[in-house]
Amino acid sequence: MRTETDIIMPAPSQPRGNAVVEVRHVSKSFGDREVLVDFNLDLFERENLVILGKSGTGKSVAIKIMVGLLKPDSGTVNVLGYDVPTLSTKELNALRLQVGFSFQGSALYDSMTVRENLEFPLKRNLGIYNRSELDEKVMSALKDVGLESASNLSPAELSGGMKKRIGIARTLILNPKIMLYDEPTAGLDPVTSSEINELILSVRDKYNTSSIIITHDISCARETSDRIVGLFDGRNKVEGTFDELKKQNNEELKPFFNY
Amino acid sequence: MKVKKFLIGLADVFRFIKRFFKEVFYPPFEIKETLRQCFLLGNRSLFLILFTSFLAGIVFTKQSRPSLASFGAESWLPSLVSQAVVRSLGPLITGLICAGKLGSNIGAELASMQVSEQIDAMEVSGTRPYAYLVVSRVLATTLMLPLLVVFADIVALLGSYLMVNGINGTSFTLYFNEVSAVVTYLDIFSSLIKSAFFGFAIGIVGSYAGYHSEKGTTGVGKAANTAVVVSMIFIFVIDLASLQIINLFRVQ
Repeated sequence: MRTETDIIMPAPSQPRGNAVVEVRHVSKSFGDREVLVDFNLDLFERENLVILGKSGTGKSVAIKIMVGLLKPDSGTVNVLGYDVPTLSTKELNALRLQVGFSFQGSALYDSMTVRENLEFPLKRNLGIYNRSELDEKVMSALKDVGLESASNLSPAELSGGMKKRIGIARTLILNPKIMLYDEPTAGLDPVTSSEINELILSVRDKYNTSSIIITHDISCARETSDRIVGLFDGRNKVEGTFDELKKQNNEELKPFFNY
Repeated sequence: MKVKKFLIGLADVFRFIKRFFKEVFYPPFEIKETLRQCFLLGNRSLFLILFTSFLAGIVFTKQSRPSLASFGAESWLPSLVSQAVVRSLGPLITGLICAGKLGSNIGAELASMQVSEQIDAMEVSGTRPYAYLVVSRVLATTLMLPLLVVFADIVALLGSYLMVNGINGTSFTLYFNEVSAVVTYLDIFSSLIKSAFFGFAIGIVGSYAGYHSEKGTTGVGKAANTAVVVSMIFIFVIDLASLQIINLFRVQ
């Protein structure tokens, strides 16, 4: 069992570089239900930013807006210099090659093996069909997530933690500049959750990515964050490092820190 | 409110179809995936279509014989059956079986991909899920239906021949001479074109139902059900419309 001192802590605070994601005054409603209200966010280079909040507070909607899966009702979303809501399909696809998205349920293509899942973006986005090049890239990505032996398994044969790792490997294979993790530890036991947290940190270190981690898991927030934004009722109400937020006597944060 | 919802839904369907015609001509073309789908979809329904067509040929012949016999026109049996099979029975049986088997399959498959965010995953990785998933499937059903209809027609006529041969001892040559004397090129081509429309309807309805399914497991069942019911309705509508159009050519 992992102890508190074993946990790999995030890199110490560094001077903030350029913002790679800038979200300004974004609102989004579904029918009468306001999911995001005047939402603002900055993500800086090589930063791990955690968006913390209860289920249904608009966390996933926020990151789906950043990759153009959803359009905001108002506000601006700038990712790597692209004004996302105004992009054409072609421009959006160019942006998406630079942004990795790890889904809550992993979203592995269940009609394909692990290897085929990883080869799919290489073939379709980069036009790589050379067998040795494909093998090299696939095995390298699998090695990075510690699952070299799983290449011929189908998604149905994988555990929850393995699926998450393969989902992350599939995004890493395109060398993204930004990683978006949607509830990376949801449904996992504490040990596997901690392994995923370590993986998130090692991805940042190896691939120099900036990451947004959506979670309601305070352990995940503690282990992975450089900075935390608390999202409640669709509004970002608090912001700071883990220790700063822990010291705050914020009513909405209390349920998270009383663990 | 219901009318507004219906009109919005209708506009959405038209956008979906319009997108198909836009993406089908937009490279890179999904040739490999389309061929794979052709094999999968054709292979999946071939046995069932052959079996039901064979039985339909036998049953139709057996049921038509007494009526013709009462007019002393029993020798017209091959002509009657062949025209019925080629013009209507073959395409209809194939269309309805494919609507049930392929339509539900496409609807459920895409819906489960939608529910488990696999389509979103394709979208955010910069691939074109519509082209990969929808265009390939719609093309496959459109191309495979006419081919399946050819098999269905042949097997139904074979079933009919066995019935006629068993009752009257009609020879194979005589039976198929009578068939080829009444079945025209117009019958064959109109039947194939009609089947292609059936295939398009099955593919596009199944894909739309799956692609726009509700979240959750109930959405998968609902998508499969919608795909079957709506594509069956479309098949009958297309059949009726094509009959009107083909009759115009026959009169001329």
